Amino acid sequence: MSKLFSNENKAAFTNPLSMDNPVTVQVLGICSALAVTSQLKPAIVMGLSVTVITAFSNVIISLLRKTIPNRIRIIVQLVVVAALVTIVSQLLKAYVYDVSVQLSVYVGLIITNCILMGRLEAFAMQNGPWPSFLDGIGNGLGYAAILVIVGFVRELLGFGTLLGYNVIPQFLYDAGYKNNGMMVMPAMSLIIVGCVIWAHRSINKEKK
Amino acid sequence: MAKKFICEQCGQTFEAASMPDKCPICGADTSKMKEVKSKGKGINTNSNVYTVVYASVMVIIVAFMLAFVASALKETQDANVANDTKGQILTALGYDKATINVAEVYSEKVQDNLFVDGELKAYEGDFNTTYGSLIKNGELHVFTATTAQDEKAYVIPVVGRGLWGGLWGYIAVNETKDKVLGTYFYHESETAGLGARIGEKWFQDQFIGKPIFGEDGNVVLTVVKAGAAQAENEVDGVTGATLTVNGVSAMVKDGLTAYAKFLSGGECPAEAGNEECQEVECEQTDVEQ
Repeated sequence: MSKLFSNENKAAFTNPLSMDNPVTVQVLGICSALAVTSQLKPAIVMGLSVTVITAFSNVIISLLRKTIPNRIRIIVQLVVVAALVTIVSQLLKAYVYDVSVQLSVYVGLIITNCILMGRLEAFAMQNGPWPSFLDGIGNGLGYAAILVIVGFVRELLGFGTLLGYNVIPQFLYDAGYKNNGMMVMPAMSLIIVGCVIWAHRSINKEKK
Repeated sequence: MAKKFICEQCGQTFEAASMPDKCPICGADTSKMKEVKSKGKGINTNSNVYTVVYASVMVIIVAFMLAFVASALKETQDANVANDTKGQILTALGYDKATINVAEVYSEKVQDNLFVDGELKAYEGDFNTTYGSLIKNGELHVFTATTAQDEKAYVIPVVGRGLWGGLWGYIAVNETKDKVLGTYFYHESETAGLGARIGEKWFQDQFIGKPIFGEDGNVVLTVVKAGAAQAENEVDGVTGATLTVNGVSAMVKDGLTAYAKFLSGGECPAEAGNEECQEVECEQTDVEQ
């Protein structure tokens, strides 16, 4: 048991949460951070889906890593991810139809997410299944955290709601407060991600 | 046969017949030397044959897996889709599909008809889940139903195109076919949080009570920029989703225009807007039912 949670494994899980965050440090997965963060709920759904898929495709590639021909490794990784995502979405469609309707937009975004390919190529190809699994979960959650921050800010300032519930009290609107339409625009998510990266780097500079 | 050795000091590999006394590269002694056992059955994973075979086998396995999953689950999925489509029709009629037994309420309240030669005939075939090509071929489905408020209504399926993919919806109109009683819209792949909001209740409920035709008999119901709706026939759009909203507007207009003959009550051309004519035709359709 202690071996399962050795320092190295712990690092594989915790590093991507902050110090080596896929969005703020590696600057991966920006395109999907832009697409799904205008509200909090899709941001959470997307974050969790990517976490699950990254973890399991990491495990599969890690198990296959010694047999994969070097020259077509990216293709093999892509096929594994695409097959996994397709099968999962088929299963959802058959047994939890409502969830599959919710997720339909994200399926394509998950397959093409650079974080997945990045982790498969950089980590799962060199490490065993268990560290790869932890690495996948860690990176997925690190990505989800940024998405949730951006989604939180954009939904709060853009719509005055959180998860669809009104949180800005009516008297503020009466006093002349207005929802910021800029926040709803995709460009604004890049600016917020930029601010998060800025904050993240200035905090971590002191640590180093 | 030459064996492969690796020196742990310098990390170089080299071939020799047997364990050498010292590393030929850096001169480290035997204790640093290790024999490298070839992996598995000794297949060279970089050879062309291996690569091609690997790729083919992988593709075949994945193809079979996907085909198996798809065909094994097809029936359940189709049932889900049909059930969901019925739920969408009921939503347009003001029912809350989350709290009712969709299949039961549908069979009780909704009747699937075809609009042929100016009159409605009961539709006998399998339940449809897509209407795009049907409408284009002139096969016009009209659902006669009673709404959640016990009003008599007709439900019309509409299809259109959004920013990224298809849109579809159901529009419930009242018995006199001049006002909207409720709508349901959904989309294939509109942007989450922006275009996808056309699937939300607040957007769809704005259509309730809106008139369909203007003075000249053309469809006037339209979706405008968010917050800009002034006239009775206008509905507020969604901020940041202009193209999707334009798609909805076009879909509503095209869909209702395709059914103009039915909505204006039989043989009357849509442009006529002649009240007398409409009245007569409406009575006729009532009798036929």
